[in-house]
Amino acid sequence: MKRNLPLFFAFFCGILVIVSEFIPHRPFSMLIDTLQNWFMIISGFAIILGQISLFQSNLSKIKQKESGWIFYLAGLLSFCLMLIVGLLWGTQETGGIFGHGLKLQASLGAKPFDYLFDFAYMPLSATMFSLLAFFIASAAYRAFIIRSFESNLLMITAVIVILGRTSFGGMLTAWVPESYKFWQLPNLSDFIMEFPNSAAQRAIMISAALGIIGSSLRIILGIERSYLGSDK
Amino acid sequence: MKALLLVIGLSLFSLCLFASQQAFWVQDVPWDEGKALTLNWHTAADSIQLQKADSLGVWETIYIGSSQPPIYTDSDLTPGTNYAYRLIIPQKATADSLFYTAEAKTLEQWIYMNKLSYLLILLVISGAIMYYVQSARMGKDYFIRRIGGLDSMEEAIGRATEKGKPILFVPGIGDLDDIQTIASLTILSHLAQRSAEYDTKLIVPCRFSMVLSAAREVVKEAYLRVGKPDAYKEDNIFYLSDDQFGYVAGIDGIMVREQPAANFFLGSFYAESLILAETGYSTGAIQTSGTAQASQLPFFVVSCDYTLIGEELFAASAYLSRDPQQLGSLKGHDFGKLLVIILILTGVITEIIGWHWFKAFFEGAQ
Repeated sequence: MKRNLPLFFAFFCGILVIVSEFIPHRPFSMLIDTLQNWFMIISGFAIILGQISLFQSNLSKIKQKESGWIFYLAGLLSFCLMLIVGLLWGTQETGGIFGHGLKLQASLGAKPFDYLFDFAYMPLSATMFSLLAFFIASAAYRAFIIRSFESNLLMITAVIVILGRTSFGGMLTAWVPESYKFWQLPNLSDFIMEFPNSAAQRAIMISAALGIIGSSLRIILGIERSYLGSDK
Repeated sequence: MKALLLVIGLSLFSLCLFASQQAFWVQDVPWDEGKALTLNWHTAADSIQLQKADSLGVWETIYIGSSQPPIYTDSDLTPGTNYAYRLIIPQKATADSLFYTAEAKTLEQWIYMNKLSYLLILLVISGAIMYYVQSARMGKDYFIRRIGGLDSMEEAIGRATEKGKPILFVPGIGDLDDIQTIASLTILSHLAQRSAEYDTKLIVPCRFSMVLSAAREVVKEAYLRVGKPDAYKEDNIFYLSDDQFGYVAGIDGIMVREQPAANFFLGSFYAESLILAETGYSTGAIQTSGTAQASQLPFFVVSCDYTLIGEELFAASAYLSRDPQQLGSLKGHDFGKLLVIILILTGVITEIIGWHWFKAFFEGAQ
Protein backbone atom coordinates (compact mmCIF):
# COMPACT_ATOMS: atom_id res chain seq x y z
CA MET A 1 0.00 0.00 0.00
CA LYS A 2 2.81 2.39 0.95
CA ARG A 3 4.38 1.82 -2.46
CA ASN A 4 1.26 1.33 -4.60
CA LEU A 5 -0.61 4.47 -3.52
CA PRO A 6 2.12 6.93 -4.60
CA LEU A 7 2.52 4.96 -7.85
CA PHE A 8 -1.21 5.22 -8.51
CA PHE A 9 -1.16 8.97 -7.78
CA ALA A 10 1.88 9.45 -10.04
CA PHE A 11 0.12 7.57 -12.85
CA PHE A 12 -3.24 9.31 -12.39
CA CYS A 13 -1.88 12.85 -12.04
CA GLY A 14 0.68 12.35 -14.83
CA ILE A 15 -1.95 11.18 -17.33
CA LEU A 16 -4.32 13.95 -16.22
CA VAL A 17 -1.72 16.67 -16.75
CA ILE A 18 -0.75 15.33 -20.20
CA VAL A 19 -4.39 15.09 -21.29
CA SER A 20 -5.24 18.57 -19.99
CA GLU A 21 -2.34 19.99 -21.99
CA PHE A 22 -4.21 19.09 -25.19
CA ILE A 23 -7.88 19.49 -24.16
CA PRO A 24 -9.03 23.07 -23.56
CA HIS A 25 -12.52 22.09 -22.35
CA ARG A 26 -13.51 22.11 -18.69
CA PRO A 27 -12.74 20.35 -16.35
CA PHE A 28 -9.38 19.63 -18.03
CA SER A 29 -8.54 23.32 -18.55
CA MET A 30 -8.74 23.91 -14.79
CA LEU A 31 -6.82 20.82 -13.70
CA ILE A 32 -3.28 22.14 -14.12
CA ASP A 33 -4.07 25.28 -12.09
CA THR A 34 -5.77 23.16 -9.42
CA LEU A 35 -2.83 20.77 -9.16
CA GLN A 36 -0.40 23.70 -9.00
CA ASN A 37 -2.47 25.23 -6.19
CA TRP A 38 -2.34 21.91 -4.32
CA PHE A 39 1.43 21.86 -4.75
CA MET A 40 1.65 25.40 -3.34
CA ILE A 41 -0.48 24.43 -0.31
CA ILE A 42 1.62 21.33 0.40
CA SER A 43 4.80 23.40 -0.06
CA GLY A 44 3.45 25.89 2.48
CA PHE A 45 3.14 23.17 5.08
CA ALA A 46 6.54 21.75 4.12
CA ILE A 47 8.18 25.12 4.92
CA ILE A 48 7.63 24.34 8.62
CA LEU A 49 9.48 21.07 8.08
CA GLY A 50 12.39 23.02 6.59
CA GLN A 51 12.54 25.42 9.54
CA ILE A 52 12.50 22.51 12.00
CA SER A 53 15.32 20.85 10.06
CA LEU A 54 17.28 24.12 10.09
CA PHE A 55 16.97 24.39 13.86
CA GLN A 56 17.68 20.73 14.58
CA SER A 57 20.76 20.41 12.36
CA ASN A 58 22.27 23.73 13.50
CA LEU A 59 21.55 23.16 17.19
CA SER A 60 23.10 19.69 17.17
CA LYS A 61 26.25 21.06 15.49
CA ILE A 62 26.48 23.89 18.02
CA LYS A 63 25.94 21.48 20.94
CA GLN A 64 28.63 19.12 19.70
CA LYS A 65 30.96 22.07 19.02
CA GLU A 66 31.69 20.80 15.50
CA SER A 67 34.34 22.62 13.50
CA GLY A 68 33.01 26.03 12.48
CA TRP A 69 30.16 25.83 15.01
CA ILE A 70 30.29 29.60 15.36
CA PHE A 71 29.01 29.92 11.76
CA TYR A 72 26.04 27.70 12.55
CA LEU A 73 25.34 29.90 15.58
CA ALA A 74 25.55 33.02 13.41
CA GLY A 75 23.15 31.46 10.91
CA LEU A 76 20.68 30.51 13.62
CA LEU A 77 20.84 33.94 15.29
CA SER A 78 20.32 35.68 11.93
CA PHE A 79 17.30 33.49 11.25
CA CYS A 80 15.82 34.27 14.69
CA LEU A 81 16.53 37.99 14.35
CA MET A 82 14.77 38.28 10.99
CA LEU A 83 11.87 36.18 12.26
CA ILE A 84 11.42 38.27 15.41
CA VAL A 85 11.63 41.72 13.77
CA GLY A 86 9.32 40.53 11.00
CA LEU A 87 6.75 39.28 13.51
CA LEU A 88 6.95 42.36 15.76
CA TRP A 89 6.90 45.17 13.21
CA GLY A 90 5.96 43.47 9.97
CA THR A 91 7.37 44.06 6.50
CA GLN A 92 6.73 46.85 3.96
CA GLU A 93 2.97 47.66 4.09
CA THR A 94 2.08 44.78 6.41
CA GLY A 95 2.04 45.53 10.12
CA GLY A 96 3.29 43.22 12.88
CA ILE A 97 2.30 42.51 16.50
CA PHE A 98 3.49 46.00 17.57
CA GLY A 99 2.01 47.66 14.51
CA HIS A 100 4.25 49.45 12.04
CA GLY A 101 6.90 50.67 14.55
CA LEU A 102 6.74 54.29 13.42
CA LYS A 103 9.40 55.45 15.93
CA LEU A 104 11.80 52.76 14.78
CA GLN A 105 11.03 53.61 11.17
CA ALA A 106 11.83 57.27 11.88
CA SER A 107 15.24 56.39 13.32
CA LEU A 108 16.21 53.63 10.89
CA GLY A 109 14.53 55.00 7.79
CA ALA A 110 12.66 51.75 7.25
CA LYS A 111 11.03 48.94 9.21
CA PRO A 112 13.64 46.82 11.04
CA PHE A 113 12.97 43.82 8.77
CA ASP A 114 13.23 45.93 5.61
CA TYR A 115 16.31 47.69 6.98
CA LEU A 116 18.08 44.38 7.59
CA PHE A 117 16.89 43.08 4.23
CA ASP A 118 18.20 46.11 2.32
CA PHE A 119 21.44 46.71 4.23
CA ALA A 120 22.50 43.23 5.37
CA TYR A 121 20.87 40.57 3.22
CA MET A 122 21.09 42.34 -0.16
CA PRO A 123 24.80 43.26 0.06
CA LEU A 124 25.64 39.72 1.21
CA SER A 125 23.68 38.23 -1.67
CA ALA A 126 25.32 40.62 -4.14
CA THR A 127 28.73 39.67 -2.71
CA MET A 128 28.10 36.00 -3.40
CA PHE A 129 26.93 36.79 -6.92
CA SER A 130 29.93 39.02 -7.62
CA LEU A 131 32.26 36.12 -6.77
CA LEU A 132 31.14 34.75 -10.12
CA ALA A 133 33.35 37.26 -11.95
CA PHE A 134 36.51 35.89 -10.29
CA PHE A 135 35.42 32.29 -10.73
CA ILE A 136 34.76 32.89 -14.45
CA ALA A 137 38.31 34.23 -14.79
CA SER A 138 39.88 31.23 -13.05
CA ALA A 139 37.70 28.72 -14.93
CA ALA A 140 38.37 30.43 -18.27
CA TYR A 141 42.11 30.36 -17.60
CA ARG A 142 42.00 26.59 -17.13
CA ALA A 143 39.70 26.04 -20.10
CA PHE A 144 41.84 28.06 -22.49
CA ILE A 145 45.17 26.38 -21.70
CA ILE A 146 46.26 24.87 -25.02
CA ARG A 147 46.57 21.11 -24.54
CA SER A 148 44.88 19.56 -27.54
CA PHE A 149 43.30 20.39 -30.89
CA GLU A 150 39.90 20.87 -29.20
CA SER A 151 41.26 23.25 -26.57
CA ASN A 152 43.01 25.17 -29.39
CA LEU A 153 39.70 25.55 -31.17
CA LEU A 154 38.02 26.57 -27.91
CA MET A 155 40.61 29.23 -27.22
CA ILE A 156 40.52 30.70 -30.74
CA THR A 157 36.71 30.83 -30.70
CA ALA A 158 36.68 32.36 -27.24
CA VAL A 159 39.18 35.06 -28.22
CA ILE A 160 37.11 35.96 -31.32
CA VAL A 161 33.87 36.14 -29.30
CA ILE A 162 35.42 38.09 -26.40
CA LEU A 163 37.11 40.61 -28.71
CA GLY A 164 34.06 40.80 -31.00
CA ARG A 165 31.88 41.81 -28.07
CA THR A 166 34.11 44.79 -27.20
CA SER A 167 34.67 48.07 -29.01
CA PHE A 168 38.36 47.16 -29.14
CA GLY A 169 37.54 44.20 -31.42
CA GLY A 170 35.70 46.51 -33.79
CA MET A 171 38.66 48.89 -33.80
CA LEU A 172 41.13 46.09 -34.53
CA THR A 173 39.36 44.98 -37.71
CA ALA A 174 37.93 48.32 -38.85
CA TRP A 175 40.43 48.32 -41.74
CA VAL A 176 38.88 45.17 -43.31
CA PRO A 177 37.16 46.26 -46.58
CA GLU A 178 33.35 46.38 -46.71
CA SER A 179 33.23 43.49 -49.20
CA TYR A 180 34.95 41.28 -46.58
CA LYS A 181 33.01 42.62 -43.59
CA PHE A 182 32.12 39.07 -42.48
CA TRP A 183 35.74 38.82 -41.23
CA GLN A 184 35.37 41.86 -38.98
CA LEU A 185 35.51 40.60 -35.39
CA PRO A 186 32.04 41.83 -34.29
CA ASN A 187 30.42 40.14 -37.32
CA LEU A 188 32.45 36.97 -36.84
CA SER A 189 31.50 36.93 -33.18
CA ASP A 190 27.80 37.38 -34.05
CA PHE A 191 28.05 34.55 -36.58
CA ILE A 192 29.58 32.17 -34.00
CA MET A 193 26.93 33.02 -31.43
CA GLU A 194 24.03 32.90 -33.87
CA PHE A 195 24.80 29.72 -35.81
CA PRO A 196 27.27 27.16 -34.34
CA ASN A 197 26.48 28.14 -30.74
CA SER A 198 22.69 28.16 -31.24
CA ALA A 199 22.82 24.86 -33.13
CA ALA A 200 24.75 23.16 -30.31
CA GLN A 201 22.47 24.63 -27.63
CA ARG A 202 19.34 23.51 -29.50
CA ALA A 203 20.75 20.01 -29.93
CA ILE A 204 21.25 19.81 -26.16
CA MET A 205 17.77 21.19 -25.55
CA ILE A 206 16.12 18.73 -27.96
CA SER A 207 17.94 15.77 -26.40
CA ALA A 208 17.01 17.04 -22.91
CA ALA A 209 13.37 17.30 -24.00
CA LEU A 210 13.48 13.70 -25.22
CA GLY A 211 15.04 12.72 -21.90
CA ILE A 212 12.22 14.48 -20.07
CA ILE A 213 9.60 12.62 -22.11
CA GLY A 214 11.32 9.28 -21.42
CA SER A 215 11.87 10.02 -17.75
CA SER A 216 8.28 11.19 -17.28
CA LEU A 217 6.92 8.11 -19.02
CA ARG A 218 9.04 5.82 -16.84
CA ILE A 219 7.69 7.56 -13.72
CA ILE A 220 4.06 7.62 -14.93
CA LEU A 221 4.13 3.96 -15.91
CA GLY A 222 5.81 3.00 -12.65
CA ILE A 223 8.94 1.59 -14.34
CA GLU A 224 11.11 4.15 -12.54
CA ARG A 225 10.55 3.94 -8.80
CA SER A 226 13.82 4.97 -7.24
CA TYR A 227 12.49 8.49 -6.55
CA LEU A 228 10.20 6.80 -4.03
CA GLY A 229 13.24 5.36 -2.34
CA SER A 230 12.86 1.82 -3.62
CA ASP A 231 13.27 0.06 -6.96
CA LYS A 232 10.97 -2.76 -6.00
CA MET B 1 -43.39 45.76 -66.26
CA LYS B 2 -40.66 43.16 -66.77
CA ALA B 3 -38.04 45.92 -66.85
CA LEU B 4 -39.40 47.36 -63.59
CA LEU B 5 -39.29 43.94 -61.90
CA LEU B 6 -35.72 43.45 -63.14
CA VAL B 7 -34.67 46.82 -61.71
CA ILE B 8 -36.32 46.06 -58.35
CA GLY B 9 -34.71 42.60 -58.28
CA LEU B 10 -31.28 43.97 -59.03
CA SER B 11 -31.67 46.65 -56.38
CA LEU B 12 -32.67 44.09 -53.75
CA PHE B 13 -29.73 41.86 -54.72
CA SER B 14 -27.32 44.79 -54.42
CA LEU B 15 -28.82 45.71 -51.06
CA CYS B 16 -28.33 42.13 -49.82
CA LEU B 17 -24.74 42.15 -51.01
CA PHE B 18 -24.12 45.46 -49.26
CA ALA B 19 -25.76 44.18 -46.09
CA SER B 20 -23.55 41.06 -46.06
CA GLN B 21 -20.42 43.29 -45.93
CA GLN B 22 -20.59 43.71 -42.15
CA ALA B 23 -18.78 46.67 -40.63
CA PHE B 24 -18.28 45.02 -37.23
CA TRP B 25 -18.49 41.41 -36.07
CA VAL B 26 -17.32 39.30 -33.14
CA GLN B 27 -16.05 35.70 -33.35
CA ASP B 28 -15.08 33.07 -30.87
CA VAL B 29 -11.36 32.26 -30.97
CA PRO B 30 -11.28 28.74 -32.43
CA TRP B 31 -9.67 25.76 -30.69
CA ASP B 32 -9.20 27.37 -27.31
CA GLU B 33 -10.48 27.02 -23.76
CA GLY B 34 -13.35 29.46 -24.46
CA LYS B 35 -11.78 32.47 -22.82
CA ALA B 36 -11.27 34.77 -25.81
CA LEU B 37 -13.23 36.53 -28.57
CA THR B 38 -11.89 38.38 -31.60
CA LEU B 39 -13.45 41.67 -32.64
CA ASN B 40 -13.17 42.52 -36.36
CA TRP B 41 -14.20 45.61 -38.28
CA HIS B 42 -14.13 47.18 -41.73
CA THR B 43 -13.70 50.92 -41.64
CA ALA B 44 -11.70 53.62 -43.34
CA ALA B 45 -11.60 55.70 -40.15
CA ASP B 46 -8.22 56.55 -38.58
CA SER B 47 -9.23 55.82 -35.02
CA ILE B 48 -11.90 53.77 -33.34
CA GLN B 49 -13.24 53.01 -29.90
CA LEU B 50 -14.35 49.58 -28.64
CA GLN B 51 -16.75 49.09 -25.75
CA LYS B 52 -17.95 45.99 -23.93
CA ALA B 53 -21.25 45.65 -22.07
CA ASP B 54 -20.77 44.51 -18.47
CA SER B 55 -23.20 42.23 -16.62
CA LEU B 56 -25.57 45.17 -15.99
CA GLY B 57 -25.48 46.24 -19.64
CA VAL B 58 -23.31 49.30 -18.98
CA TRP B 59 -20.77 49.99 -21.74
CA GLU B 60 -17.10 50.03 -20.71
CA THR B 61 -14.36 51.22 -23.05
CA ILE B 62 -11.79 48.46 -23.69
CA TYR B 63 -9.81 50.00 -26.55
CA ILE B 64 -9.20 53.44 -28.05
CA GLY B 65 -6.75 53.84 -30.86
CA SER B 66 -5.87 53.17 -34.46
CA SER B 67 -8.21 51.02 -36.52
CA GLN B 68 -5.25 49.12 -38.02
CA PRO B 69 -4.90 46.17 -37.84
CA PRO B 70 -8.70 45.76 -37.81
CA ILE B 71 -8.70 43.09 -35.13
CA TYR B 72 -8.76 43.06 -31.34
CA THR B 73 -8.69 40.01 -29.05
CA ASP B 74 -10.57 40.22 -25.77
CA SER B 75 -9.17 37.56 -23.46
CA ASP B 76 -9.71 36.32 -19.87
CA LEU B 77 -13.45 35.87 -20.50
CA THR B 78 -15.77 33.32 -18.93
CA PRO B 79 -16.37 30.23 -21.10
CA GLY B 80 -19.90 29.68 -22.40
CA THR B 81 -20.97 33.31 -21.86
CA ASN B 82 -22.54 35.78 -24.28
CA TYR B 83 -20.67 39.09 -24.66
CA ALA B 84 -21.90 42.26 -26.40
CA TYR B 85 -19.50 44.79 -27.95
CA ARG B 86 -19.86 48.20 -29.54
CA LEU B 87 -17.66 49.80 -32.19
CA ILE B 88 -17.66 53.61 -32.15
CA ILE B 89 -16.28 55.50 -35.16
CA PRO B 90 -15.99 59.24 -34.48
CA GLN B 91 -17.13 61.41 -37.41
CA LYS B 92 -15.07 64.59 -37.38
CA ALA B 93 -17.13 66.34 -40.07
CA THR B 94 -20.44 66.03 -38.23
CA ALA B 95 -18.97 65.90 -34.69
CA ASP B 96 -20.98 62.73 -34.29
CA SER B 97 -20.18 59.01 -34.07
CA LEU B 98 -21.24 55.88 -35.88
CA PHE B 99 -22.17 52.95 -33.65
CA TYR B 100 -22.10 49.27 -34.54
CA THR B 101 -22.98 46.51 -32.12
CA ALA B 102 -22.26 42.80 -32.26
CA GLU B 103 -22.26 39.91 -29.85
CA ALA B 104 -20.88 36.40 -29.60
CA LYS B 105 -20.60 33.51 -27.18
CA THR B 106 -17.32 32.07 -25.92
CA LEU B 107 -17.08 28.39 -26.78
CA GLU B 108 -14.85 25.74 -25.20
CA GLN B 109 -13.32 23.29 -27.65
CA TRP B 110 -12.31 19.70 -27.05
CA ILE B 111 -8.83 19.93 -28.58
CA TYR B 112 -6.10 22.53 -29.07
CA MET B 113 -5.65 22.19 -32.84
CA ASN B 114 -2.49 24.32 -32.73
CA LYS B 115 -0.92 21.67 -30.48
CA LEU B 116 -1.82 18.79 -32.78
CA SER B 117 1.76 18.49 -34.06
CA TYR B 118 3.08 18.25 -30.48
CA LEU B 119 0.49 15.62 -29.65
CA LEU B 120 1.46 13.54 -32.68
CA ILE B 121 5.19 13.75 -31.87
CA LEU B 122 4.49 12.89 -28.22
CA LEU B 123 2.37 9.89 -29.21
CA VAL B 124 4.98 8.58 -31.67
CA ILE B 125 7.88 8.96 -29.20
CA SER B 126 5.85 7.54 -26.30
CA GLY B 127 4.78 4.64 -28.51
CA ALA B 128 8.40 3.97 -29.43
CA ILE B 129 9.53 4.08 -25.79
CA MET B 130 6.77 1.68 -24.76
CA TYR B 131 7.62 -0.62 -27.67
CA TYR B 132 11.30 -0.78 -26.63
CA VAL B 133 10.35 -1.28 -22.96
CA GLN B 134 8.05 -4.12 -23.97
CA SER B 135 10.67 -5.76 -26.20
CA ALA B 136 13.24 -5.43 -23.37
CA ARG B 137 10.69 -7.11 -21.09
CA MET B 138 10.47 -9.94 -23.64
CA GLY B 139 14.21 -10.46 -23.24
CA LYS B 140 15.78 -8.43 -26.05
CA ASP B 141 19.19 -7.04 -25.11
CA TYR B 142 19.98 -3.47 -26.11
CA PHE B 143 23.38 -1.86 -26.36
CA ILE B 144 23.67 1.39 -24.39
CA ARG B 145 26.81 3.49 -24.84
CA ARG B 146 28.97 4.10 -21.80
CA ILE B 147 28.40 7.31 -19.86
CA GLY B 148 31.70 8.37 -18.28
CA GLY B 149 30.09 10.54 -15.62
CA LEU B 150 28.04 7.65 -14.28
CA ASP B 151 30.80 5.07 -14.53
CA SER B 152 32.92 7.38 -12.40
CA MET B 153 30.42 7.25 -9.54
CA GLU B 154 32.05 4.13 -8.14
CA GLU B 155 35.47 5.75 -8.41
CA ALA B 156 34.25 8.86 -6.57
CA ILE B 157 32.65 6.84 -3.76
CA GLY B 158 35.73 4.64 -3.51
CA ARG B 159 37.96 7.67 -3.22
CA ALA B 160 35.78 9.21 -0.50
CA THR B 161 35.79 5.89 1.40
CA GLU B 162 39.58 5.54 1.16
CA LYS B 163 40.13 9.08 2.38
CA GLY B 164 37.50 8.76 5.11
CA LYS B 165 35.86 11.94 3.88
CA PRO B 166 32.19 12.58 3.10
CA ILE B 167 30.37 12.76 -0.23
CA LEU B 168 28.44 15.93 -1.01
CA PHE B 169 25.30 15.65 -3.13
CA VAL B 170 23.57 18.85 -4.30
CA PRO B 171 20.14 18.19 -5.88
CA GLY B 172 20.07 21.55 -7.67
CA ILE B 173 18.10 24.66 -6.86
CA GLY B 174 14.81 23.51 -8.41
CA ASP B 175 11.78 22.47 -6.39
CA LEU B 176 10.13 19.08 -6.60
CA ASP B 177 7.97 20.18 -9.55
CA ASP B 178 11.12 20.32 -11.70
CA ILE B 179 11.79 17.04 -13.53
CA GLN B 180 15.54 17.66 -13.19
CA THR B 181 15.16 17.50 -9.40
CA ILE B 182 13.26 14.21 -9.70
CA ALA B 183 16.02 12.84 -11.98
CA SER B 184 18.55 14.02 -9.42
CA LEU B 185 16.73 12.19 -6.61
CA THR B 186 16.72 8.96 -8.61
CA ILE B 187 20.52 9.20 -8.87
CA LEU B 188 20.69 10.05 -5.16
CA SER B 189 18.95 6.75 -4.46
CA HIS B 190 21.74 4.79 -6.17
CA LEU B 191 24.45 6.93 -4.63
CA ALA B 192 22.99 6.56 -1.14
CA GLN B 193 22.88 2.79 -1.57
CA ARG B 194 26.57 2.70 -2.49
CA SER B 195 27.57 5.07 0.32
CA ALA B 196 25.59 2.93 2.77
CA GLU B 197 27.42 -0.17 1.56
CA TYR B 198 30.80 1.52 2.06
CA ASP B 199 29.77 3.32 5.27
CA THR B 200 30.66 6.67 3.74
CA LYS B 201 29.01 9.81 5.05
CA LEU B 202 26.62 11.37 2.55
CA ILE B 203 25.73 15.07 2.94
CA VAL B 204 22.66 16.38 1.11
CA PRO B 205 21.89 20.10 1.59
CA CYS B 206 18.46 21.05 0.20
CA ARG B 207 17.05 24.36 -0.95
CA PHE B 208 13.36 23.52 -0.63
CA SER B 209 11.48 21.73 2.14
CA MET B 210 9.65 19.49 -0.35
CA VAL B 211 12.99 18.36 -1.80
CA LEU B 212 14.26 17.83 1.75
CA SER B 213 11.44 15.46 2.69
CA ALA B 214 11.76 13.55 -0.62
CA ALA B 215 15.58 13.32 -0.31
CA ARG B 216 15.30 12.02 3.27
CA GLU B 217 12.85 9.37 2.18
CA VAL B 218 15.06 8.32 -0.75
CA VAL B 219 18.23 8.05 1.37
CA LYS B 220 16.44 6.30 4.24
CA GLU B 221 15.02 3.67 1.86
CA ALA B 222 18.48 3.17 0.32
CA TYR B 223 19.98 2.49 3.77
CA LEU B 224 17.13 0.10 4.54
CA ARG B 225 17.72 -1.69 1.24
CA VAL B 226 21.29 -2.57 2.12
CA GLY B 227 20.26 -3.60 5.65
CA LYS B 228 21.88 -0.69 7.49
CA PRO B 229 18.98 1.36 8.85
CA ASP B 230 21.02 2.32 11.94
CA ALA B 231 23.70 3.96 9.77
CA TYR B 232 21.15 6.40 8.36
CA LYS B 233 21.51 9.86 9.90
CA GLU B 234 18.65 12.24 9.20
CA ASP B 235 20.77 15.26 10.15
CA ASN B 236 23.01 14.69 7.12
CA ILE B 237 20.13 15.60 4.81
CA PHE B 238 19.16 19.10 5.83
CA TYR B 239 17.52 22.30 4.74
CA LEU B 240 19.80 25.30 4.15
CA SER B 241 17.91 28.24 2.70
CA ASP B 242 15.32 29.10 0.07
CA ASP B 243 17.51 31.96 -1.09
CA GLN B 244 19.64 31.13 -4.15
CA PHE B 245 22.90 32.71 -3.02
CA GLY B 246 22.31 31.94 0.64
CA TYR B 247 22.08 28.29 -0.40
CA VAL B 248 25.29 28.59 -2.43
CA ALA B 249 27.11 30.29 0.46
CA GLY B 250 26.00 27.46 2.76
CA ILE B 251 27.26 24.76 0.37
CA ASP B 252 30.56 26.60 -0.20
CA GLY B 253 30.99 26.68 3.58
CA ILE B 254 30.37 22.93 3.80
CA MET B 255 32.88 22.26 1.02
CA VAL B 256 35.55 24.36 2.70
CA ARG B 257 34.96 23.05 6.24
CA GLU B 258 34.13 19.39 5.62
CA GLN B 259 36.39 18.97 2.56
CA PRO B 260 34.26 16.28 0.84
CA ALA B 261 36.25 13.91 -1.36
CA ALA B 262 33.49 13.74 -3.97
CA ASN B 263 30.97 16.36 -5.03
CA PHE B 264 27.85 15.66 -7.08
CA PHE B 265 25.98 18.61 -8.57
CA LEU B 266 22.98 17.07 -10.29
CA GLY B 267 19.73 18.85 -11.08
CA SER B 268 18.63 22.30 -12.06
CA PHE B 269 21.31 25.01 -11.78
CA TYR B 270 21.48 28.65 -12.76
CA ALA B 271 23.99 31.43 -11.95
CA GLU B 272 25.39 29.55 -8.96
CA SER B 273 26.75 26.62 -11.00
CA LEU B 274 30.25 28.03 -11.42
CA ILE B 275 30.48 29.32 -7.84
CA LEU B 276 29.77 25.79 -6.59
CA ALA B 277 31.96 23.97 -9.10
CA GLU B 278 34.95 26.29 -8.70
CA THR B 279 34.82 26.11 -4.90
CA GLY B 280 34.67 22.32 -5.18
CA TYR B 281 37.62 22.37 -7.58
CA SER B 282 39.66 24.44 -5.13
CA THR B 283 39.09 21.81 -2.42
CA GLY B 284 40.45 19.09 -4.71
CA ALA B 285 37.30 16.98 -4.72
CA ILE B 286 36.43 14.68 -7.60
CA GLN B 287 33.40 16.37 -9.14
CA THR B 288 30.47 15.06 -11.18
CA SER B 289 27.83 17.43 -12.46
CA GLY B 290 24.74 17.18 -14.60
CA THR B 291 22.04 19.54 -15.73
CA ALA B 292 19.67 20.17 -18.62
CA GLN B 293 20.31 23.94 -18.45
CA ALA B 294 22.27 24.42 -21.67
CA SER B 295 23.63 27.79 -20.56
CA GLN B 296 25.21 26.33 -17.40
CA LEU B 297 26.83 23.30 -19.03
CA PRO B 298 30.04 25.09 -20.16
CA PHE B 299 30.74 26.11 -16.55
CA PHE B 300 30.35 22.55 -15.33
CA VAL B 301 32.42 21.14 -18.21
CA VAL B 302 35.29 23.46 -17.31
CA SER B 303 35.25 22.94 -13.53
CA CYS B 304 34.11 19.35 -13.05
CA ASP B 305 35.79 16.04 -13.83
CA TYR B 306 32.64 14.54 -15.33
CA THR B 307 29.53 16.21 -16.70
CA LEU B 308 26.19 14.67 -17.60
CA ILE B 309 24.93 16.70 -20.55
CA GLY B 310 21.18 17.22 -20.89
CA GLU B 311 19.65 13.86 -21.70
CA GLU B 312 22.32 11.92 -19.78
CA LEU B 313 20.94 13.31 -16.53
CA PHE B 314 17.55 11.75 -17.26
CA ALA B 315 19.10 8.51 -18.50
CA ALA B 316 21.27 8.16 -15.38
CA SER B 317 18.82 6.24 -13.23
CA ALA B 318 18.07 3.74 -16.00
CA TYR B 319 21.80 3.38 -16.73
CA LEU B 320 22.73 2.83 -13.09
CA SER B 321 19.91 0.41 -12.32
CA ARG B 322 20.82 -1.83 -15.32
CA ASP B 323 17.15 -2.77 -15.33
CA PRO B 324 16.43 -4.07 -18.89
CA GLN B 325 13.05 -2.31 -18.99
CA GLN B 326 14.58 1.05 -18.14
CA LEU B 327 17.45 0.50 -20.56
CA GLY B 328 14.85 -0.29 -23.23
CA SER B 329 13.29 3.13 -22.65
CA LEU B 330 16.66 4.72 -23.44
CA LYS B 331 16.42 3.16 -26.90
CA GLY B 332 13.15 5.07 -27.24
CA HIS B 333 15.13 8.30 -26.71
CA ASP B 334 17.36 7.30 -29.63
CA PHE B 335 14.28 6.74 -31.78
CA GLY B 336 13.12 10.24 -30.79
CA LYS B 337 16.44 11.68 -31.94
CA LEU B 338 16.10 9.90 -35.28
CA LEU B 339 12.57 11.28 -35.65
CA VAL B 340 13.75 14.83 -34.89
CA ILE B 341 16.57 14.52 -37.47
CA ILE B 342 14.09 13.30 -40.11
CA LEU B 343 11.66 16.13 -39.28
CA ILE B 344 14.41 18.77 -39.47
CA LEU B 345 15.63 17.47 -42.84
CA THR B 346 12.06 17.27 -44.19
CA GLY B 347 11.42 20.80 -42.93
CA VAL B 348 14.52 22.13 -44.71
CA ILE B 349 13.57 20.37 -47.98
CA THR B 350 9.91 21.49 -47.90
CA GLU B 351 10.94 25.08 -47.18
CA ILE B 352 13.36 25.01 -50.14
CA ILE B 353 10.61 23.60 -52.38
CA GLY B 354 8.21 26.25 -51.11
CA TRP B 355 5.78 24.00 -49.19
CA HIS B 356 5.42 26.17 -46.13
CA TRP B 357 2.53 24.16 -44.65
CA PHE B 358 4.95 21.66 -43.10
CA LYS B 359 6.81 24.29 -41.07
CA ALA B 360 3.53 26.07 -40.25
CA PHE B 361 2.03 22.81 -38.93
CA PHE B 362 4.94 22.26 -36.55
CA GLU B 363 5.00 25.91 -35.52
CA GLY B 364 1.50 25.48 -34.20
CA ALA B 365 -0.15 27.61 -36.88
CA GLN B 366 -3.76 26.73 -37.68
